[in-house]
Amino acid sequence: MSIAAAVLLVIGLGLVAWLSARARAAAFAGPGKARAHSLPGQHGWYVALWTVLPALLFLAVWNNLSGNLIFTQVMASPEAQSLPAFDMQRRAILREAYALATGQAETAFNPQAHALAPVYERAIGFYSWVGLAVALLVAFAGGAWAFSRVSPGFRARTRVERTVMAALLLASLIAVLTTLGIVLSLLFESLRFFSMVSPLEFLFGLNWTPQTAIRADQAGSSGAFGAIPLFWGTIFIGAIIAMLVAIPLGLMSAIYLTQYASPTLRSWLKPMLEILAGVPTVVYGYFAALTVAPAVRDLGLSLGIPSSTESALAAGLVMGIMIIPFVSSMADDSIAAVPQAMRDGSLAMGATTSETIRKVLVPAALPGVVGGVLLAVSRAIGETMIVVMAAGLAANLTANPFASVTTVTTQIVQLLTGDQEFDSPKTLAAFALGLVLFLVTLALNVVALRVVKKYREAYE
Amino acid sequence: MTTVDRTPTDWDGEAMRRRIRRRYAAERRFRLVGLAAILVSIGFLAFLLVTMMANGIRGFSQTEIRVDLDPASAQSVAAGHFEAALRDEAALLSAGAWLRLRQSGARQGAVWLPASTEIDMAAKGDGAADAERAYRELQREERVRTRVNLGFLTGADATDPTLVGIWGAFKGSLLTMLVTLALAFPIGVLSAVYLEEYAPRNRWTDMIEVSINNLAAVPSIIFGLLGLAVFLNVMHLPRSAPLVGGLTLALMTMPVIVIAGRNAIKSVPPSIRDAALGVGASRIQVVFHHVLPLALPGILTGTIIGMARALGETAPLLMIGMRAFVATPPGGFSDPASVLPVQIFLWSDEVSRGFVEKTSAAIIVLLAFLLAMNGLAIYLRNKFERRW
Repeated sequence: MSIAAAVLLVIGLGLVAWLSARARAAAFAGPGKARAHSLPGQHGWYVALWTVLPALLFLAVWNNLSGNLIFTQVMASPEAQSLPAFDMQRRAILREAYALATGQAETAFNPQAHALAPVYERAIGFYSWVGLAVALLVAFAGGAWAFSRVSPGFRARTRVERTVMAALLLASLIAVLTTLGIVLSLLFESLRFFSMVSPLEFLFGLNWTPQTAIRADQAGSSGAFGAIPLFWGTIFIGAIIAMLVAIPLGLMSAIYLTQYASPTLRSWLKPMLEILAGVPTVVYGYFAALTVAPAVRDLGLSLGIPSSTESALAAGLVMGIMIIPFVSSMADDSIAAVPQAMRDGSLAMGATTSETIRKVLVPAALPGVVGGVLLAVSRAIGETMIVVMAAGLAANLTANPFASVTTVTTQIVQLLTGDQEFDSPKTLAAFALGLVLFLVTLALNVVALRVVKKYREAYE
Repeated sequence: MTTVDRTPTDWDGEAMRRRIRRRYAAERRFRLVGLAAILVSIGFLAFLLVTMMANGIRGFSQTEIRVDLDPASAQSVAAGHFEAALRDEAALLSAGAWLRLRQSGARQGAVWLPASTEIDMAAKGDGAADAERAYRELQREERVRTRVNLGFLTGADATDPTLVGIWGAFKGSLLTMLVTLALAFPIGVLSAVYLEEYAPRNRWTDMIEVSINNLAAVPSIIFGLLGLAVFLNVMHLPRSAPLVGGLTLALMTMPVIVIAGRNAIKSVPPSIRDAALGVGASRIQVVFHHVLPLALPGILTGTIIGMARALGETAPLLMIGMRAFVATPPGGFSDPASVLPVQIFLWSDEVSRGFVEKTSAAIIVLLAFLLAMNGLAIYLRNKFERRW
């Protein structure tokens, strides 16, 4: 009897409760009878909630509890007396026996596991039946009690609506919990990292070689965790090269679309730009690695510059293209927010459209555009797949766009995939990098939103 | 005291005409630059799509070679030694050709079996010199043909590019999206309703709003770190499972749905609410009977766009271990699985040249799905959107 089946059964009971309570409440209504406080459906919901919620709550608790109960029963059985006292060995045998009993494995490495498997199976069977029986009992008890309260004067609606409000509040608290979860998990793991590596070395060190820390005898003492090369790589690709591509192209696209394009042309071009935003980053990454990177390297070599296949320029170019629709739509919004009177005034003075745009619209929209660019930067530095696939792993501190640099996100992926030991500074460094990334993107967003908001107020 | 020059401007003078010409030329240049900017962006999109199409379309076809089983080979086949039966042709055939032979049930005579990557590439006009020669030889003997690669649409990951399939990753994506939708949609809609309709204006509400807006801007890889730290290391859920992937992506998608939902609810005019309240509906009834149905098309559009973004997401799934080699399609929510974008990432890392076309073919499948989802969103928006 699996937990899913028990949940389904309880929900089925809830349906029965809803139907029967509604039928009973429907009998109150009718001509010549007392006017009921709540509608039949609301009585139905009240009884159904009392049937389902306590039982589901019980099942959730039981699901966590029964593992221990099963374990105690297995350990108390005569077959378990012969288990070795050594903890690790005993746990390995028990795990195998559990796998056998639940059908996840067909044979076990340890013969003792075969002896224990039937014991396990019995215990699991026993407790799952107990759990189901109690859950059904709880459902019946809750339902029956609620059903007994169904009467014309009973305020079912108030109670049901209070539950709905609680559910709404709970749902919106999940966002806060997620934020809290992100901050706490990043902080917690970063603090563990900083207890091994000094924060000063991390933030200002120039040398990044986390790989050496994997040697167990030297853990924490040998790897160099100076993250400056990563920060530089991230800024170089995300905030410099990508923006050099995205700002002119995005801004000019927005100007053309809002000021020059006919409505028909606009209705064709704008969705096409939006498709550019909808292409998954892994596709951009593959494109950058397969097509753009070799071309960029050949260009670099023909110019006589030392070039790498995994160049900063290739990753930055493709990332810039990815950001274009983002910059364009932000610029579009802020240009549209400039009052029409300013544009008309400029045109009436005899300025051409381009003069109006350059001398009036863009300066007036500048705060919004700057805010949009900041948001775009925060998007670009958090972008992962393009740089993982097209930028390199070498932590170089160079301003040569044809050379290979690495970024914060690349290193996070690199540190956390493959073999993981959870206590090594190598793995924990990823969380410290994540914390820095989180804080920087957060700061960029807060500043950008403030700039945009302040500017909007200026024209309202 | 200076005198003001009151002579009227000579609009038809040579200097003025030149000036006007210069200004109009600047105007035209500016306009052209704008057009060029947008054409460059769209040209890049077209270039990307054409490259992927050109590479990927070949991934859907497969070269097959006819093998005539001689009596000796037929004997091996009858004895169950499929690999031995194909030993003479092993260089030409795919490493998994014997599997196909076993499945085909053929015991003698001619069978068509998938060719090796080298021959396959040669058949598609992109092979090495000796493979090219071997292919021409086969062509002269009329022993090669090209067929639709059904295995690509029905199989899962494999080590040999001629044997890989997309179905395993596709099913993984489907299961992951199911978990994401089941969690993110109700939670997102309920939070949107609460924040837009009921929340009192106080510090708590501000905190909820701020955290939702921030979550929408947090880089996706951070959600992967959260999933790793909470779902795997604290809650000990299975690694690489659609369940964990779906949970992680749900946290990422939820803010998108909340923001879209709030905008949709906000656009329902207050008169609807007032009318419902006026005839005696409770505040819950007003929302669930009147506001929510009217806002639903907008909410659904936002949900589809959020789901499309989640479907293309790779980085957070790499963090929770979804980069394992999974050779069988997942059977349930806690089985090890891969998803389409991660599969693309894994194939793009492969050395064998045969994987290039498979990666592009997988990209075509992914893009087709995203396009379909976005198309559906646009259709819903156009069909049901009401301007009040």
